[in-house]
Amino acid sequence: MALATQHPGLRWLPYSLAGAAIFLAVWSLLPQAGIVPSALLPSPMAVGKTFFELTQEPFAGYTIQQHLLSSFIRFASGFGLAAAIGVPLGLLMGWYRWLDRAVAPIFETIRFIAPIAWLPFAVLWFGTGIGGPILIIFSGAFPACLINAYRGARLTQGFLIEAAETLGAKPRHIITEVVMPSALPSIVAGLRIGAGVGWQSLIGAELIVVSSGVGYLMVQGQGNLATEKVMAGMVAIGCVGVLIDVALRAAERHFRRFEQA
Amino acid sequence: MSSIRFERISRTFRVGGQLVPALADIDLHVDEREFVAIVGPSGCGKTTLLRMAAGLDHPTSGRVLVGGRPVTGPGPDRAVVFQQFALFPWKTIRDNIGFGLKCTGVSRAQREPIVERYLKVMGLDGHGDAYPHQLSGGMQQRVALARSYALEPEVLLMDEPFGALDAQTRIDMQEELIRLSRVHPRTVLFITHSVDEAVYLADRVVAMDRRPGRVREIMDIAQIRRSEKWGELPVEEVMDLESFNHLRTRIWRLLRRGDGEASGHGVVDNPPLRTQPAQKTKLRRAQ
Ligand SMILES: Nc1ncnc2c1ncn2[C@@H]1O[C@H](COP(=O)(O)OP(=O)(O)O)[C@@H](O)[C@H]1O
Ligand SMILES: [Mg+2]
Repeated sequence: MALATQHPGLRWLPYSLAGAAIFLAVWSLLPQAGIVPSALLPSPMAVGKTFFELTQEPFAGYTIQQHLLSSFIRFASGFGLAAAIGVPLGLLMGWYRWLDRAVAPIFETIRFIAPIAWLPFAVLWFGTGIGGPILIIFSGAFPACLINAYRGARLTQGFLIEAAETLGAKPRHIITEVVMPSALPSIVAGLRIGAGVGWQSLIGAELIVVSSGVGYLMVQGQGNLATEKVMAGMVAIGCVGVLIDVALRAAERHFRRFEQA
Repeated sequence: MSSIRFERISRTFRVGGQLVPALADIDLHVDEREFVAIVGPSGCGKTTLLRMAAGLDHPTSGRVLVGGRPVTGPGPDRAVVFQQFALFPWKTIRDNIGFGLKCTGVSRAQREPIVERYLKVMGLDGHGDAYPHQLSGGMQQRVALARSYALEPEVLLMDEPFGALDAQTRIDMQEELIRLSRVHPRTVLFITHSVDEAVYLADRVVAMDRRPGRVREIMDIAQIRRSEKWGELPVEEVMDLESFNHLRTRIWRLLRRGDGEASGHGVVDNPPLRTQPAQKTKLRRAQ
């Protein structure tokens, strides 16, 4: 009780633990009770054991850590590119109407194309090189990066821009010192969404175009009918996704600290 | 040269397809190093007038001259102090005060002593590294003043700068302003709701009418303030003087008489929403 009042977040910990326990229990029971054949749904224990083995012995050429690392490098490159282009472009579109008018129609159309739809071109243009997956992650992460930077810029308080102008600020000062910091919480929220979509799209891409990475591991596992390997890959994807999200959520909290209640 | 001249200014707003005259036929000047206060009912166009001198709004007809030159846009030669302070929440107090200097190309090394000086002048020592939301309203307004003063502008435009402060802080700030203007007299256009504040601070007080906004009367009190040395007395003593009370009563009467027909409209002064339409146009300027 004392612990719970000191750390309000801990108050809900028992519920989270209970939820996870029930989920695992149902998952174990389904194959054990013979409701689902264990070849189709491996038990959590089997998945855990396989996961551990995958960290020790190479499968599909590498250990699971190496697969994760190569996935993560692809992710970081594609996502970094999406952020590096999407955020500045979104901010500038928020400020310059002509740019908004020039880019918006094309962007609004392209963003409805699912990232995976770029796959044929990813293969055609890049073969099995790193360019293909990067293209797909990029197309997944880019829209959220751009849209949120744009919205953040458009919501900049008019009186702050006016104050800056009366203090002698030129457009470049206003964009970098007023619009950008004011849009920062929105920008980081966009990065978080973009990272999530990007990470999901990456695995989709890896199922097809590459010869390393968690997606590739899963395809190889499927080929060997090793369902517990496929599921170990899924667990790894989920865990890394959560870690990416937690990191960006911390950044989001950091940048919201100036917002007054 | 830092006088302000409004020459036959009119300003009409288009609100939902209808033309609303906000200011009509304003002729007004603020001489170099003169302190002019404008009082008048909400919605009489005080803010609009000040925004025109700042270059943030433009007259429908007539022209505004500052230092003899027509105003085309905002600039660091005319500092504006806003009622809602308009500090940058993500910048420290030090960076807020130094922002104008940075934008006008003053190097970091040269900015530092200036910022330190104004931190001291405004009684903000020890708060340089704080963020605006960590300070009280009075201190935030002092930061806004320091930010304007740091550019050493010849013209100060202040729109109800003390309106959001409590009575005690407000009086402190009024005395502060008097003290600062003794050290370095500037051309000041000062808008206020408070007749007392106007009479205490200004060389001349302009009383305005509304619908449309016009100048009703201008009262010159520079003579009295100088001969009775108001600038050297504390607020409460000035407010006790017969001359002060006579003046404020006169202005009150003027405003009451002028407001007979227009009263009861419940116009909110400086409604926060008015930054909304301005914001849209502001962000869409470089077409
Ligand atoms: N941007 C605007 N759009 C439409 N009407 C406006 C705008 N700004 C001011 N007005 C109108 O002009 C009149 C004068 O406003 P304002 O200058 O803010 O008065 P004051 O500062 O004296 O209260 C008011 O009737 C107000 O509603
Ligand atoms: Mg006003």
